[in-house]
Amino acid sequence: MPASQLIDAAALDLDQALQLLQQAGALLPDAAPHSAAWLQAVLDALCDLSSKDALTGLVNRRSFEMSLAREVDRVARAGEPALLLMLDIDHFKAVNDTHGHLAGDQVIRAVARAVEQTVRPMDLVARVGGEEFAIILPNCATHVGLAVAERVRERVSELAIEVAPGQMHHVTVSLGGAFAPQWVRSSPLLWTERADRQLYRAKAEGRNRACLEPQVDSLVSAEEKGMLYATLNFESQQDLP
Amino acid sequence: MSTTPDPAASRPARSGARTLAVTSGKGGVGKTFVTANLAAALAARGQKVLVLDADLGLANLDVVLNLHPKLTLHDVFTEKATLEQAILPAPGGFSVLLAGSGMVEYSRLTPEVRDKLLHIIDLVKPRFDWVLLDTGAGISDVVLFAISLAQDVLVVATPEPTSLTDAYATIKVLATQQERRQVGLLVNQANRVGEGKLICGQLQQVLQRFVGAMPGAGFRLELLGEVKSDPAVRQAVLKRQLMLEHYPGCDAAQAIKALAAKLVG
Repeated sequence: MPASQLIDAAALDLDQALQLLQQAGALLPDAAPHSAAWLQAVLDALCDLSSKDALTGLVNRRSFEMSLAREVDRVARAGEPALLLMLDIDHFKAVNDTHGHLAGDQVIRAVARAVEQTVRPMDLVARVGGEEFAIILPNCATHVGLAVAERVRERVSELAIEVAPGQMHHVTVSLGGAFAPQWVRSSPLLWTERADRQLYRAKAEGRNRACLEPQVDSLVSAEEKGMLYATLNFESQQDLP
Repeated sequence: MSTTPDPAASRPARSGARTLAVTSGKGGVGKTFVTANLAAALAARGQKVLVLDADLGLANLDVVLNLHPKLTLHDVFTEKATLEQAILPAPGGFSVLLAGSGMVEYSRLTPEVRDKLLHIIDLVKPRFDWVLLDTGAGISDVVLFAISLAQDVLVVATPEPTSLTDAYATIKVLATQQERRQVGLLVNQANRVGEGKLICGQLQQVLQRFVGAMPGAGFRLELLGEVKSDPAVRQAVLKRQLMLEHYPGCDAAQAIKALAAKLVG
């Protein structure tokens, strides 16, 4: 059977899907309705929709969890350190209570944008809860972890968010972070738990701060390394007697 | 290390299998490849061999051997299968107990994981001549615990600087924390003949200098093998074949056979 006969796109009931895409403001494809290209575009738009958070446009929780699982695999195999940061807006309830839910949405959107602008394009920023965000930073050296988290915290604290006409609001965030254990496949759940624990610590220590899980110091000193390589010549390919 | 079990450690040489942990400081140095082919080489010498996939989080023995197990160590842990059901024949004439992907949950060392692993080792030891533990890389608590289950340790390293640094860290931890007196070294992907000896000597010197004053004093690193870079290895890995079966004559296969001969004594 030729591939073109496998499905009849016109016979599919796509009303609900199309309605959903329209409501979400997704651009419907230019291609002729029910052509293969059109159907592909509809599916792509649905995929996009199901992986994004509607309010911020960030990656949503489900998509974040999939990315996290992939990152765990990568770190276990490649050994490059990766940092997971959990971020929570401080006293967010007060924003909602004082200025209303629309103001709350403004704050969430502004924080989302600020975080995205502070990290590298390769990093993944997700909205994982009401006022909670997660950032996966692949290939992030352990000694810069805290500086990255601090930069995000500072950037958010500098925001002036217009919650009502002419009314500016300032927010702070607390961050907790943990590095994926190198060469060992952890579970995404465990990694999240470890980062969350640091977030609780940041909250408990007074908010508006970043706490990272303490790193184990390297077991091999520079002196040991120096001696280890003192007489080894890695380039020579000549057999030894 | 080939004949005398470590007297200092709390690993009594009970009756049953000789247990050898195959580990590495860094991943991707050929640890699982060496384990599988060593198992085949031991089996070819008439030994009854079990390879236990102790790389709980990142098991890929099944990938190396091109096996598609229905039952794994995970099923034994969760009592969905008996040990007999989960021990499978592998190409090369040895047996395997594969970890399975569900073992990710056990990549944190809890008392439960410790107990289960200890129990399984005790169960398999009377039935085999050799139990090889294919452990994870590095010095995490799970890896160190898996190594601690074995009488002897073989550290696999390549002559690459990061691999050597990590191998050194592993050996140092084994000498100090596990109070081992001897650890075996296999230099894989050697660029030239004699490189293994050179590397082993260098590691030994640094260990003597920096571990000398620690509990691991009098520690000996023994070079148990040198496997030169070999195109046949690459072929076997890509085709997911056991090198010893498909390229038995190649240099790398000879080196693994020599290692088996040394171990059996």
